[in-house]
Amino acid sequence: MSSQDKNPRRAFLAAAGTGVAGLGFTVIAPGLHLMAVAGNADAANAADARKPGSAASPAVRWGLLIDANKCAPGCRKCIDACHSENGVTEKLPDPRQNSQWIRKIELVDRRTGHSTQLPMMCQHCAKPPCVDVCPTGASMKRADGIVLVDRHICIGCRYCMMACPYKARSFVHTPLHEQNPEVPRGQGCVEGCTLCVHRVDKGLQPACVESCPEGAMSFGDLNDASSAIAKQIASVPTTQVRADLRLDPGVRYQGI
Amino acid sequence: MNLKALPQRRRGAEDAQRNAKTLAFPLRCLSLRLCASAVRFFLLAFAAFAISSAPTLADEGGRTARPAIDIANPGKCVAPAEEMRRNHMEMLKHQRDRTLRQGVRGEAASLNACIECHASKQTGSVLGSNDNFCQGCHAYAAVKLDCFECHQPKAGFKAAGVKP
Repeated sequence: MSSQDKNPRRAFLAAAGTGVAGLGFTVIAPGLHLMAVAGNADAANAADARKPGSAASPAVRWGLLIDANKCAPGCRKCIDACHSENGVTEKLPDPRQNSQWIRKIELVDRRTGHSTQLPMMCQHCAKPPCVDVCPTGASMKRADGIVLVDRHICIGCRYCMMACPYKARSFVHTPLHEQNPEVPRGQGCVEGCTLCVHRVDKGLQPACVESCPEGAMSFGDLNDASSAIAKQIASVPTTQVRADLRLDPGVRYQGI
Repeated sequence: MNLKALPQRRRGAEDAQRNAKTLAFPLRCLSLRLCASAVRFFLLAFAAFAISSAPTLADEGGRTARPAIDIANPGKCVAPAEEMRRNHMEMLKHQRDRTLRQGVRGEAASLNACIECHASKQTGSVLGSNDNFCQGCHAYAAVKLDCFECHQPKAGFKAAGVKP
C-alpha cells in the first residue's frame, strides 16, 4: 500500500500507521515522553481533570497502590495531611470516638519478629458491603469507583460501620464548626475516606499520596493500561487485603 | 255552639314580659361593644408603638416589614432575586445530588458560591445574626435552616488542620 493509493480510506490508514510508529519511536529512543509521565504525575493528572458539567466516567476506576516496604515506622505524614485536608480536627475526651479517615497498622510476623507498616483507609471496593447494607441509600459508589456517604440522607444508623471489614468508617459524635468548605461534615453522620474526591475531580492527587515523603503511595486509573499505577500493578506482585471476601478493593498493597 | 274562650289576658302578660327582655338585650350589647372597642384601641396603640420601636426591620416605607440583610458582593446572582427566593432550595437540592452522586462539578448553583458572594461584610459569614444573609431571611420566614450543620458558613474559610 502506497500513499498514491486511489482509495482515500487506505491513504488515511497508511498515514495513521506512520503516526503511531513515530510516536512509539519517540517514546523508545530518547525516553523523554516516558520520563515526563513518570516524573510529573501531578501535571499528567491535571490534564485529566474532568470538564465542568461532565459526570464521573464509569470507564475510570480510581485506585491506590501502597508499597508497605517503603512505609516508614513512626511516620504519620499521610494521616496528618488527610485530616488537615478534610478538616478532621476534633479531639474528643474519649479518643476512640475521634474520626479516623486513615490509620497506620503494624503487622508483626511472630516467628521472625519482622514488622511491616501500612496505612489503612476505605478500600473503595467494587462490591462495597457498606452500600449493600445501607437502609437509606446514603452509602454509595460513584461511577468511577469512589465509595462515598451522602450525608444529606445518612441517618447515622452505623450499619455500614458494622459491615465494613476494614473498619474504614467513623461516626461524628459532636457538632463541628471547622469544616473545609469543600468537605462538608457534621454530627450524626457516618464518614470515611473519600479518596479526596474534591481534589481528584480537579485533577489533583489525594492528600495522603502527595504527602508521603517515601513515595510509598501512588494514585491513578486502574482501568487505563497506560497509567503508571496500572503498569506497576502489572509488573510487581500486589495484594488486596482480605481478597477472600471478593469485594475487589481499589486499594492494593505491595510487600505484605 | 259553645266555644271555649281563649285566655287573652294571660297571653298579654307573657308578651309584655317578652317585650321587656327584647328591650333589655340591645342595651347589654351596646355596653359589650363599647368594652371591645376600648380594648381594640389599646391593642392598636400598643402595636403601633411596638412597630415604630423595632430596630432590625428595614423598608419602613412599605406596607410589610422586611429583614435588613448585609451582603458583601450583591448583584451577581445566577438568577433574578424573585426566582432565587422561590427556587433556591430546589436548585441547591438538585445540584447537590448531581455533584455528590454523579460527580458533576462547576455548576452555576452551588452553596459555596452562594456563601462567597452573600457572606456579611462584618462577619464574613451567612450565619450568626439576623443581619446575615441565610439566617436573616430564614428567621424572618420561620423556616428551619440546617445546611450549616455540615457546610461551612464562612466565606474563604481555611480549616486550621492538624499540625504534625
